[in-house]
Amino acid sequence: MLELSILFPSILNGLTTGAVYALIALGLTLIYGVLHIINFAHGALLMIALYGVFFLNAKLGLDPYAALPVMVPGMFALGYALQRFVIGRASHGKDENILLATLGLTLVLENFALYAWRSDTRTIETPYTFSTVDVAGAMISTPKVVAFFGALAATAILLAFIARSDLGRAIRAVARERQGAKLVGIDVEHVFAMSFGIGLACLGAAACFLLPAYYVNPQVGNGFVLIAFTIVVLGGMGSFAGALLGGFIIGVVESVGGLWLGESLGQIGIFVIFIAILLFRPQGIFGART
Amino acid sequence: MKTLYAILVLCGAVALLPAFVSSGVVLNLVIMTLYATLLGQAWNILAGFGGQYSFGHAAFFGTGAYASAALQVHFGVNAWLCLPFAIVCGAAVGALVGALSFRYGLRGSYFALVTLAFAEVFRILANSVKFTGGGVGLLVPLKSSALDFQFQGKAGFLYVILALTLAGFLLSWWLKHSRYGAWLTAVRDNEDSAAALGVDAFRVKLQAIVISAGLMAAGGAFYVQYFQYIDPHLAYGPAVSVEALLGPIVGGLGTVFGPLLGAAALKLLGELTRNLMGDAPGVSLMIYGAVLIAMVTFLPRGIGGLFQRLAAKAP
Repeated sequence: MLELSILFPSILNGLTTGAVYALIALGLTLIYGVLHIINFAHGALLMIALYGVFFLNAKLGLDPYAALPVMVPGMFALGYALQRFVIGRASHGKDENILLATLGLTLVLENFALYAWRSDTRTIETPYTFSTVDVAGAMISTPKVVAFFGALAATAILLAFIARSDLGRAIRAVARERQGAKLVGIDVEHVFAMSFGIGLACLGAAACFLLPAYYVNPQVGNGFVLIAFTIVVLGGMGSFAGALLGGFIIGVVESVGGLWLGESLGQIGIFVIFIAILLFRPQGIFGART
Repeated sequence: MKTLYAILVLCGAVALLPAFVSSGVVLNLVIMTLYATLLGQAWNILAGFGGQYSFGHAAFFGTGAYASAALQVHFGVNAWLCLPFAIVCGAAVGALVGALSFRYGLRGSYFALVTLAFAEVFRILANSVKFTGGGVGLLVPLKSSALDFQFQGKAGFLYVILALTLAGFLLSWWLKHSRYGAWLTAVRDNEDSAAALGVDAFRVKLQAIVISAGLMAAGGAFYVQYFQYIDPHLAYGPAVSVEALLGPIVGGLGTVFGPLLGAAALKLLGELTRNLMGDAPGVSLMIYGAVLIAMVTFLPRGIGGLFQRLAAKAP
């Protein structure tokens, strides 16, 4: 059976990955909560952000963590523009259309990456790539520890922003009652685009924390997109606390499942959870049934 | 009846094609267009007529492909006998996915995501199990005889895919003119009202996904015979699911000729870009993605819808 000495580091590893998953899922759940759309292109946009971090490092020698002030506003601007000029226009008020439009966006982004940067898997070398931190006897790689705390910090900032700022209030108002928000003078289209932008800004931050211990290739987003959806439905569509908890659960399940069943079969655990949640409890852990 | 005659004339014309054209390139283009039409017809039955958008039709395609390939490789069964078996297997997977998701009332985006997840589960399983050859895939033994569903020239394959597409056309036509088709479109337009009028929405949707999956599996079995090879990514990867949904959306959802129009337009576009930009990886799918966004934004009723609008405007 599994020794505790293997299981413990595996759980810790899962938690560090889970924190980044949670950050990615937060972006997705924010977009869903406000716009009531499923952003199918979330994974592909994460891939674009990862390439952004990669090229900033490769061409300008910028450290991935120092890339945060570039990537977060950059992804925000991309998200704002996408919602305003592409996705918003394609919807015609039907959910299916948005799903198809974001599927189209995924195809464009993924294959643009394949065309422009080829299918090579790329990684970056930093002074701390191979260093480790001793956490209660388990050796965890430094970038993963940084990612854990960085993702948590980013999440805290996002939650404080949503709770305290005027824009955050507007976002919550639109999420709860679109018509009412319009009546009290909120520019709903602007809030939509802002929410989409903030959702992608989460991806920009996640990419900066991921890349030192991860890799990028044109297909890298595929793996993340279903994981992010699983977390979001697990936690309840639109629930921030749910996304956070869901992220940790999925991170640990993936890590421990991989230990048991091997890398390729370990992924099945996530999809089985996803299918089971969708079938039996689509409102998730925290979501209320509507 | 006009539609029915049009279908028969069209298929008759294609059937005569090998008598006049011997160019392998042209015949291959026609075969691939009909093959894309078949996948589109399968998706269109569930999504266009039934309103259930699947993102994972590869689950049915791949099951059909593997059912046929595995039976030939492991048990030496004749490929012609494998075709109905593949259709039954694909339809069974369709029944399973449909029964689970429709029983729990999954609609819209949720249904799309759950079908995608099923396709991914199948892909990972096919990648890890010996029976499907793992990541290496299965190579169908070369026999090169019509009795084994492997033809010397292209013409034989053309007749097979034409027959399958004709079946798809007739199914679509039947949906347009039968009581069952009316139930299905009623469920698409408003499930609650349809149920209130006594339509068993669950059963109607389940039947639609079974028909759709069976047709898709036939496409998978044809693919295996034509290319003689299948692997997890080809069978269950997202490319097949996208190919199935793109045609009907471009051509016109929920119409009899939409999948054909879309498939032909996309093949034309694909050839055009290949000539202009070479065979660089990713180019064709990138353009397909842009076409998908453009169609949803500007022509939600497809090319067919555009024709109808123009015809209505003409005096």
